Amino acid sequence: MESPVLKTENFCAYFGDNQILKNISLEITRNKLTAMMGPSGCGKTTLVRCINRMHELIPNARVSGRMLLQNEDIYALNPILARRKIGMVFQRPNPFPTMNIYDNVIAGYKLNGIKIAAAELDRIVEESLRKAALWNEVKDSLYKKGTFLSGGQQQRLCIARALAMKPEIMLLDEPTSALDPKSTAHIEELMIELKQAVTIILVTHNIAQAARTSDFTAFIYLGDLIEFGPTQKLFTVPEDKRTEEYLSGKFG
Amino acid sequence: MQQDGFRFRLYKDHLFKIAVILFSFSSVLPLLFILFHIFKNGISVINWQFLTNLPKPVGDTGGGISNAIVGTGMLLSVSCVLAIPLGICAGIYLSEHKEGRLSYLVRLSVEILQGIPSIVIGIIAYVWIVMPLRTFSAVSGGIALAIMMLPVIVRSAEETLKLIPDSLKEASLSLGVPYYKTILKVVLPAGLSGVVSGIILSIARVAGETAPLLFTAFGNPFMNLNLLKPVNSLPLLVFNYAASPYPEWHSLAWGASLVLGVFVLLLNAFSKVMIRKWKVRF
Repeated sequence: MESPVLKTENFCAYFGDNQILKNISLEITRNKLTAMMGPSGCGKTTLVRCINRMHELIPNARVSGRMLLQNEDIYALNPILARRKIGMVFQRPNPFPTMNIYDNVIAGYKLNGIKIAAAELDRIVEESLRKAALWNEVKDSLYKKGTFLSGGQQQRLCIARALAMKPEIMLLDEPTSALDPKSTAHIEELMIELKQAVTIILVTHNIAQAARTSDFTAFIYLGDLIEFGPTQKLFTVPEDKRTEEYLSGKFG
Repeated sequence: MQQDGFRFRLYKDHLFKIAVILFSFSSVLPLLFILFHIFKNGISVINWQFLTNLPKPVGDTGGGISNAIVGTGMLLSVSCVLAIPLGICAGIYLSEHKEGRLSYLVRLSVEILQGIPSIVIGIIAYVWIVMPLRTFSAVSGGIALAIMMLPVIVRSAEETLKLIPDSLKEASLSLGVPYYKTILKVVLPAGLSGVVSGIILSIARVAGETAPLLFTAFGNPFMNLNLLKPVNSLPLLVFNYAASPYPEWHSLAWGASLVLGVFVLLLNAFSKVMIRKWKVRF
């Protein structure tokens, strides 16, 4: 069996005295879509933010345990380098308001001062926008501000921006929670296509979305990883009673 | 009886509305009167010679205020060079660290600094810079003005940058962009209109300051381009000429007031336009 892209071992996270995540151990398979599912406040967003170390923006956050990206400890890397290998898309679309669409896509290169030939940049922009299924809609307005796009288009622009850095893993933190049903369907289709190229971790509190899109599902509740397995199995024959109750809408 | 009470209340209601309108209109009047007055007295002396010539000795007619215009330009340049980087950096720090001992201290000192009388700042600049250098100078005047600009720039930078959504910073950091580049290339540009308008307003605020310049820039009847020599400035010229007994000098003072007044008005108008034009939509 192929080695997992991402592996956590006894991973715990704390904000001050509050333990948010308790001994999470899981393995993320390459080119699959893994959904993190659970009620609000269960720690699923914290878990993905720990993967690219965004939790470090919060002053009294700390973690213990191990988090390995292709057998390399993320916490031994410089966070700046770790984040270049791990793309992230947020709940609300957040394109850079001062940049046009083109610059938004290559923002990772521009802001980091990575020098690349113009032709290569053009290629990256087109390729990323095509992968994010946005190319046909914006190819004639690449030099317009990204904030003039619709919410769904903005979110796909953010996906293109993350893809342009050619990450090992993409973290999608409830990417459709601020979008209308049509844009949501569009992004879900896109995620399923994208996993050919990149491993995806999707945070969602929408059970149906996890069922529709993911290959593996992790159910997190109050900081514990209750159950983790192939989506098909977890949704049809859950091992844990709490998973079954959550799926049948008894709580959450 | 009840009907009368109701009418009286309606009457009070109307009276209050009229009073509010009248009083708010009366707050516009001082500005209109001032503008009217400096236009009436100043416009007659304004011409090309007035803007480009040096003042003439007493008794000669004509003469201009070119030395004061250049001097004000020098003073403002010095103060901008000092106050803008300092103010923006402090504003960035405060917007990034909403709590903490240092930000509390910085916020407090900036507030107090804003309240310190400008004449005191002038005396301090005299003691710190003029005395050790043994000469009045444009630099000392510029430093005094910079101290007065600083609080305005810091506060406006802080307030503007605080309004930039965190999601923008997160977007940049998640691409592996270092913190300093995130601040300088993402956060600051997004808040540029507010920061720049704060700078412009602070310039408008100090452009007309006289008190801090009395012991620092001192004034100079001649053209001077040396930063380490005394220079004239528009408010100093108004102060000196208006207090003189000569009618020709009085009209020069009116003309200089008009130039100064129009300059400050333009700065204010420009900052308003710029805020609207450069407004970043999130």
